[in-house]
Amino acid sequence: MDLYEYQGRDLFERHGLPVLAGGVATTPEEARAIAERLGGRVVVKAQVKVGGRGKAGGVKLAEGPDEAVARATDILGMDIKGHTVHKVMITVTADVAEEYYFSYLLDRANRTFLCIASVAGGMDIEQVAAETPDKVVKAPIDAVKGVDEAKAREIVTAAGFPTEVADQVVEIAVGLWQAFVAEDATLVEVNPLAKNGDGRMLLLDAKISLDENAAFRHPDHEALVDQAAVDPLEQAAKAKDLNYVKLDGEVGIIGNGAGLVMSTLDVVAYAGERHGNVKPANFLDIGGGASAAVMANGLEIVLSDPAVKSVFVNVFGGITACDEVANGIIQALALLEQRGEQVTKPLVVRLDGNNAEAGRAILDSANNPLVQRVDTMDGAAERAAELAAAGV
Amino acid sequence: MAIWLTKDSKVIVQGMTGSEGSKHTRRMLAAGTNVVGGVNPRKAGQTVDFDGTELPVFASVADAMAETGADVTVIFVPPQFTKAAVVEAIDAAIPLAVVITEGVPVHDTASFWAYNVAQGERTRIIGPNCPGIASPGASNAGIIPADITGSGRIGLVSKSGTLTYQMMYELRDIGFSTCVGIGGDPIIGTTHIDALAAFEADPETDAIVMIGEIGGDAEERAAEFIKANVTKPVVGYIAGFTAPPGKTMGHAGAIISGSAGTAEAKQAALEAVGVKVGKTPTETAKLMREIMSGS
Repeated sequence: MDLYEYQGRDLFERHGLPVLAGGVATTPEEARAIAERLGGRVVVKAQVKVGGRGKAGGVKLAEGPDEAVARATDILGMDIKGHTVHKVMITVTADVAEEYYFSYLLDRANRTFLCIASVAGGMDIEQVAAETPDKVVKAPIDAVKGVDEAKAREIVTAAGFPTEVADQVVEIAVGLWQAFVAEDATLVEVNPLAKNGDGRMLLLDAKISLDENAAFRHPDHEALVDQAAVDPLEQAAKAKDLNYVKLDGEVGIIGNGAGLVMSTLDVVAYAGERHGNVKPANFLDIGGGASAAVMANGLEIVLSDPAVKSVFVNVFGGITACDEVANGIIQALALLEQRGEQVTKPLVVRLDGNNAEAGRAILDSANNPLVQRVDTMDGAAERAAELAAAGV
Repeated sequence: MAIWLTKDSKVIVQGMTGSEGSKHTRRMLAAGTNVVGGVNPRKAGQTVDFDGTELPVFASVADAMAETGADVTVIFVPPQFTKAAVVEAIDAAIPLAVVITEGVPVHDTASFWAYNVAQGERTRIIGPNCPGIASPGASNAGIIPADITGSGRIGLVSKSGTLTYQMMYELRDIGFSTCVGIGGDPIIGTTHIDALAAFEADPETDAIVMIGEIGGDAEERAAEFIKANVTKPVVGYIAGFTAPPGKTMGHAGAIISGSAGTAEAKQAALEAVGVKVGKTPTETAKLMREIMSGS
């Protein structure tokens, strides 16, 4: 889960890291209240999870509360690279003398964590690394040993931070690592890490990703989810414990296992190239051993997407028995009817693996006019795409 | 002889008395796996009956190894306790630990991996979030269905469980030496490269199927490894061409970050080193079939 900048600022503040005083507003009046509380000149910053907001006019200075209201009015509702601005962060201003870069992130390739530090901050770090690689230090972090003062000093020295800020950066590096671990983050990026005119170091931006697998030890992380930005179908699916991602196409997809479902999306997209360019409408993994109720919940979500014109149920029975899946589909359709749902969209079902013959026989004898059985994955994808194209 | 798991492997189960653990212990026994016991400190000294096979429960992995000579552990404990279970297995220096558990925090995986490295990597870790490893006809450690295919001379390494089963099914008439599900998490113990190296060295494996998916650069690195080290034919399959950037597709590691981790880049890297990449699982199986039939 990626956080907004204001959530990152709050998180840094809770961990005792030096940030600018500020608050978040969803209306111009809230912006006024924050500006009054802060006093003096403030910065109004659009809260979007995309880069380049400054160039897009999403960051403005304001001399006092009245101007803060005016700037917030300008920025709220603005579209930045397809992201609508619903919140602005208001902070006091910094008197920036120097800009540096500091981050911790997951290093998948080396199966550990990585610290990236640079005295060339304020710009895109990948660009800095490409143009002046000697200005970027990448230090692997041992996940067991972590970052203590000695390790932090080693990084700060290697990156060439000036002597007068070195002690402060060491302290920030240790504190930032502690926050990274305590919050189960996979990324904390501070760009810029700034030296203020008075010589104090400040974390002026916050880009943070949190590990959703660690939610069980962070009940407070749930509140960081921006419900308004979540697709309503994804929200409904999550409430039912379904692994669903909304996409832009017309063929609803239900399958078991993340890899097989990803593969199903691809195979449907290839088939779609021959049938009106229809595409997969969603990712939905019902997992292993799915019951009729889970199948019904899944079908209900997929069918409630108005863009869906046909549904492809692609199951390879590993541990799951295909006869149970077939019963699940038939029961799910009956269940939906009981719930008052009018199911009119065709379902293409491919069952293979464990008890496939029995499963196919169940589908055949149910003789539901909406259910079509195709016994190969590629063939079923073709049929589902064809039906979706015909239904568009 | 297959790789890492053979008919001589003696398997214990951490979490054998839990619901998933007991269900799959029964299935592993039915598949002919030599399961010799389980670990649960609260139930040490008891035995559990699996359709007539009485399995002892030990207090620790070390105890179980001392008593039974076990050399493989399969871990089914919940995510909250997985790190401790793996660390226990590493401390006991068991040669192979298969971590089935899904939903392990990545800080925990990074931590037990670093610990394993610090101990000199005496333990091969497969997973987490994986279906395990099966050497058809010999042994089965994990949740891979045992009846899909018999033994043969294809090696299979895959990030995905169901795609593993699908590929085993597609090529069931030819059969497999070993099928390894390495898991879909961002950090995993055994990589594509580890499996490729082992299959290259295995006299009972003639050709290799490698299944990848979006996220990270493991497939790109595997391609470089193949170019330098693998003489046996390899065919590949990559899932996730239609996945949008920034969305996690089921597996915690299956996410395109910015322009990194795309299926296109992985396919291009594999093809650049001469690996044929199928467009669909069925087409991939067909490519392997052509190799095995010498056409």
